[in-house]
This record gives sequence, C-alpha cells and structure tokens, in this order.
Amino acid sequence: MTTLLGATGLHKSFGPTEALLGADFGIAAGEVVAVMGPSGSGKSTLLHCLAGIVRPDAGTVGYQGRDLFADTDAERTALRRTDFGFVFQFGQLVPELSCLENVALPLRLGGTRRKKAEAAAAEVMARLEVDDVAPKRPGEVSGGQGQRVAVARALVTAPKVIFADEPTGALDSLSGERVMRMLVTAAKEHDTAVVLVTHEARVAAYSDREAVVRDGRTRQQVTA
Amino acid sequence: MSIGHTLLGLLEEGPRHGYDLKRAYDERFGLDRPLHYGQVYATLARLLRNGLVAETGTEPGSGPERKSYAITDAGVTDVERWLATPEKPELYLQNTLYTKVVLALLSGRSAEDVLDTQRSAHLATMRKLTTRKTNGDLADALICDHALFHLEADLRWLELTAARLGELAKEVAE
Repeated sequence: MTTLLGATGLHKSFGPTEALLGADFGIAAGEVVAVMGPSGSGKSTLLHCLAGIVRPDAGTVGYQGRDLFADTDAERTALRRTDFGFVFQFGQLVPELSCLENVALPLRLGGTRRKKAEAAAAEVMARLEVDDVAPKRPGEVSGGQGQRVAVARALVTAPKVIFADEPTGALDSLSGERVMRMLVTAAKEHDTAVVLVTHEARVAAYSDREAVVRDGRTRQQVTA
Repeated sequence: MSIGHTLLGLLEEGPRHGYDLKRAYDERFGLDRPLHYGQVYATLARLLRNGLVAETGTEPGSGPERKSYAITDAGVTDVERWLATPEKPELYLQNTLYTKVVLALLSGRSAEDVLDTQRSAHLATMRKLTTRKTNGDLADALICDHALFHLEADLRWLELTAARLGELAKEVAE
C-alpha cells in the first residue's frame, strides 16, 4: 500500500489546549478511513492539519511525497482547490447561488469557463441524484439533498482526497445512509481517498478501516 | 426468535410441505442461521400437537417430508397474539463485554485495550453488514439495519465507558 497522504508525530496546541500530541496517520489512494474518537479528542484538528489548513507545531504532513507545510500558503491553497475536496456537517453552500452554481464553484475558482464548469457540475449532480434541484437555492432543498449537493461540489474537481467532517451529522438515518453510499461509491469509482471524521459507528461502517483518536493521539490503525 | 410463530406466519400464505417451509424461512429470515430439517419437523410436530396446524394431505411414500401442513384458526389467533405482544427489551449489561471490562479494571489490566479491540471487531462486523445491505434488497436492508443499530448501541456504550475510564483514572490519581 502506497501512502497518498500521511502524517507523523503531529503536535498542535491552541493556547493551553493540546489538541494533538503525536498523532500519526496514513491513507492510500481510493481508501476510505474513518477517523473516530470522542468530542475534543483532536479528530478535527487532525483533519485540518492533513488538509493543510492548520499548520502543526511539530511533525510533518506528506502528500504525494512532498512536505505540505514546506510549500507556500499560495501553493497549499492551490493544492486544496485542485486535489482536495471538502464536505462538512452543514452550512457550506453559498446561499445566494443556485445548487448548480454551488457545485460549479470550485471549477470556476480554478478558472474554468462557466459553460464547461456547469456542464461538469450537472453531470456530478446527476450521479448523486440531485440534478432535479440544480436551479434551486440551498435554502430551498432538504438537508439530505443539500448534503448530496455538497458531496457533488467536493467531487466536481475529481480530487485525490476528500475530507468529510461529520458529513451526515445533521441528517436523519435514511438521508445519511444515502449520502454515505453515494460518497463512498463515487470515491471508489475514481480512486479518491476519503478521510471521514465521524463519531457514528454506522457511518464509520462505510469505511475500509478506522483510526481512533484519543487525547490527541491516534490509538490504532487497524488494517482491514 | 420464535421459530414456531414464524412458521405459522409463513403458513398463513397457504399450506406447505416441511421442506417448502424451511426454504421459505431460510430465504426470508435465515440469512445467518438457516433452519435444520430436524428443527422444522420438531416444531411442526409441536404445532400439530397444540392444534395450531393440521395435516392437509400426504403424498405417496413415507416420512414427514411428504406431509403438507395448513394453519388452523387457533394458529391464526396465536400468530396475532404473538405479533401484538412486545418482545422483552433485552438488557446487555450482563453480557461478556461488561464482564471483560469489569474484570480488566479489577485486575489492573488495560480496560481501554479491551474496548479498542472490541470496537475494532464490532466495526468489522458492521462493515460486512453495510456491504450486504448496500448490495442487497429491501429485506436485507431491514435485517442488516436492525443488527447495525444494535451493534452501534453496544459501541456507544463502549465509547461512554472509555470516557468514564478516563474520569476514573483521574479520580484515583488525585
């Protein structure tokens, strides 16, 4: 197994609070890894470090053999736009834009022309069965549809890694199941790695294996 | 799971031979544990004795597999009563998991290790169920969901217990 994205010995403090105390992590292309652990264990900080959003105090994050934090901020920002996709619990869609425009947004930010970006967006939305809400604003769709729109947006750039932080946290069981099934299916089809932060075991059951974070350390990395 | 009531319920669709009944049971409810022929015939014999089923015919030859069974009115009443009676909510506290955690704590071993190992095993089972659910039909989904929610409940208890172990350790240290 070749590691696509990996971290070793991550330390991160926020003031007096030590969020990470030597966390290790590794994920291969096409792999879905659930990051589990109680609230405040450091799961989200680990995700933010892996995504190059939060700089660790110590330790390294390697992506495709390069040291993520040796890059400049601009390089990391560009990488996040081209190679990484993000899905959060809620509130990630731009309310003023239509769902289609939201999904096309990452491509537009990367300089793709509107027509081409929206055609690509429509294709991903059809795959996630939310093409019917394309002209609607995020406020006009259900929570489950909104999350599938968010997944479509994360997928539209054909990223190498998707970071999903409690992607079903605000959904009922059935909607959550649908989001997970579609996220994992799409990821497997495109060999996309998924770092899935969740505290729900039923959601984690969609992963290939789990990494448990407790007190800022990854407690185990069980290989399936 | 009451096999007797389940067989009675299946007979409500119409009379069946023991073999047909076993097949119908296995198809719908026996994903993990198909019935043994012995179980089917022993159960039918009991239902017959209690007047809940009646023999409707015997094909030439001998042996129980030649007999066809139909549900009686008393059988229908019995199924209705069974369906209307809630199952006793099971208490998991007395199970092996609880015993292991308590024994680990009592003996000064790592209860966290016990919990981590168990979580891993639970998740492995939950992954299999999730795969089966994803690839299966609605009946598969319903059965798997039930198991998944129960396993998840176990895990939530594990997480809470793990969190409480931390508190306990601090109290002891003070």
